[in-house]
Amino acid sequence: MRSRFLLLALFLVAACSSTDADEAKQVATGQDTGAAAAAGGLPSMRTTPSRPSGFDQGGLQPVESARQLTEAGADRVYFAFDSYDLDAQARGIIERQARLLTTQGTINVTIEGHCDERGTREYNIALGERRASAVRDYLIALGVAPNRLRVVSYGEERPAAIGSNEDAWAQNRRAVTVVMGAAAGS
Amino acid sequence: MRDAVWRRLQAMIGAVALALVVVAGLPAAADLRIDITRGVVEPLPIVILPFPSAGGDQASDVGTEITNVIAADLERSGLFKPLDPRPLSVSQPSLDTLPMFANWRLVNTQALVHGRTTALPDGRLKIEFRLWDVFAEQEMLGRAYSTPAGNWRRIAHVIADAIYKRITGEDGYFDTRIAYIAESGPRSRRTKRLAIMDQDGANHQFLTEGNNLVLTPRFSPSSQDIAYLRYADSQPRVHIRNLTTRADEALAGIAEITFAPRYAPDGERLIVSMAVDGNTDIYTYDLSDHTRRRLTTTSGIDTSASYSPDGRQIAFNSDRGGSLQLYVMDADGSSVRRISRGDGRYATPVWSPRGDLIAFTKTQGGQFHIGVMRPDGSGERLLAQGFRVEGPAWAPNGRVILFFRQEPALNDAQGGRSRLFTVDLTGQNERELVTPLDASDPAWSPLRP
Repeated sequence: MRSRFLLLALFLVAACSSTDADEAKQVATGQDTGAAAAAGGLPSMRTTPSRPSGFDQGGLQPVESARQLTEAGADRVYFAFDSYDLDAQARGIIERQARLLTTQGTINVTIEGHCDERGTREYNIALGERRASAVRDYLIALGVAPNRLRVVSYGEERPAAIGSNEDAWAQNRRAVTVVMGAAAGS
Repeated sequence: MRDAVWRRLQAMIGAVALALVVVAGLPAAADLRIDITRGVVEPLPIVILPFPSAGGDQASDVGTEITNVIAADLERSGLFKPLDPRPLSVSQPSLDTLPMFANWRLVNTQALVHGRTTALPDGRLKIEFRLWDVFAEQEMLGRAYSTPAGNWRRIAHVIADAIYKRITGEDGYFDTRIAYIAESGPRSRRTKRLAIMDQDGANHQFLTEGNNLVLTPRFSPSSQDIAYLRYADSQPRVHIRNLTTRADEALAGIAEITFAPRYAPDGERLIVSMAVDGNTDIYTYDLSDHTRRRLTTTSGIDTSASYSPDGRQIAFNSDRGGSLQLYVMDADGSSVRRISRGDGRYATPVWSPRGDLIAFTKTQGGQFHIGVMRPDGSGERLLAQGFRVEGPAWAPNGRVILFFRQEPALNDAQGGRSRLFTVDLTGQNERELVTPLDASDPAWSPLRP
């Protein structure tokens, strides 16, 4: 959970440090970089676990950051029922994630796919993987090296919201990008 | 007497589409029989007398417990109506003498079981019983077992299976075990543990500690191993747990997300689903040489595969046609044909051990259903429904389906209870199978070897 806050904190840093125009430019740059990275030797892209540079972890105020970042929702995208399509809002969030990942080269992430409770358990594991893979594929298209991205599906086993109603289901149909490992610091 | 029997029989047959064929007082060729192939059955009145002891007091207590287990097994099947023998039996018949048939007929008992337990000098227990057709005044079955004293419960189930088979003509399912996922804790972060118990809920034990998320246990044909999904280090992988040695290992040589395991009928292979790059397909996995073989290649989700009992065909669900439906293919992946035809979404096909039906989970109009259809997709019938019912598992004789039912969740602490139920193929005899904690994903073992 702490590493999730960290990723969100990084998004805030990225968001604060650039204008909209700059962001658009960075996305485009990121795509180019990604193509180059994919063409070049992927093994060189693997990062060694170390404290990420570019921000002062001690300067964060965890509780406040967590609140702001939850509002921002920068770590997760949502899906329609039985769908893995990325809508415009989801693409915007993934573009911000890509920007962070391309500027923070030492961070590896796991993308967790989740579902609501209205499918069978086994189908939902497949659907969750499909949602997480949709996010991963877009991150790769935006220039993030594939070997920094891991995909896992929890199906319907880790709901974000509890309740058998459309509100909760909508919050549970999601893919969450989580910073992994020692690279995120602790 | 014979006229009285027939009048009673005709009254029973009356309204119900009836299958109980009691042939009392007719020539010896026909005997007491329940035909369970024809819809709703009127339960057969049966008396199971407490098995007295030919030895010490301890054996006597065991005798009473044995008869309680037998009566409970037969009662839950919905095919038998065990009568309380206490007000009826003035003096218990010895196992070596004929019962007083006329007395039992007065209270409409149609079958009678009596027996005895004997503590053997070597510490083991001898358990004997006879099954009688009360109206024909004939012995239908008589058997004796010698067993370690602690094993009496299994022998009780074995006897219940023998009675069931003698009267229905079909194998029983009482000497079996249930594996399932025991659930506890808040809805947002459930603790799920692999658990196992006898088919009647006795001898319950947990097989995992709850540190890892576990799902979907399935018995091997030998019932000695359980294949299941385990999130070890947050990696969903199929594991196999040996129930004797307690060894527990992930399938070797697999780095992908792997789930939905089921055994092939020969026990030498598993069929699993692997999710790779957003595409889930069905593979076989050879348990001896660890090789895999891909059976489906479409871009849709293909999962929840289940072998036919002869191993020649595989049922699975797929969204390749746009909505989730049931398909059947040959065991090599060829000849794929869609079998589900109704409205709604169909999932988790499970082939009956008899081969004649496929059980499934169906969602339609916000409701879940457990149903069955023939392997060609005809004859769809829905047997149970609810906000959520899922995970059909067959009794080894293909006459009863076990599933779980989950209630709507209100919040993190309220609602959302999940429990196990059985229902027979008539859809009329639904019973809860009580578990210590919430329960889901049941699996039913074959008859124990």
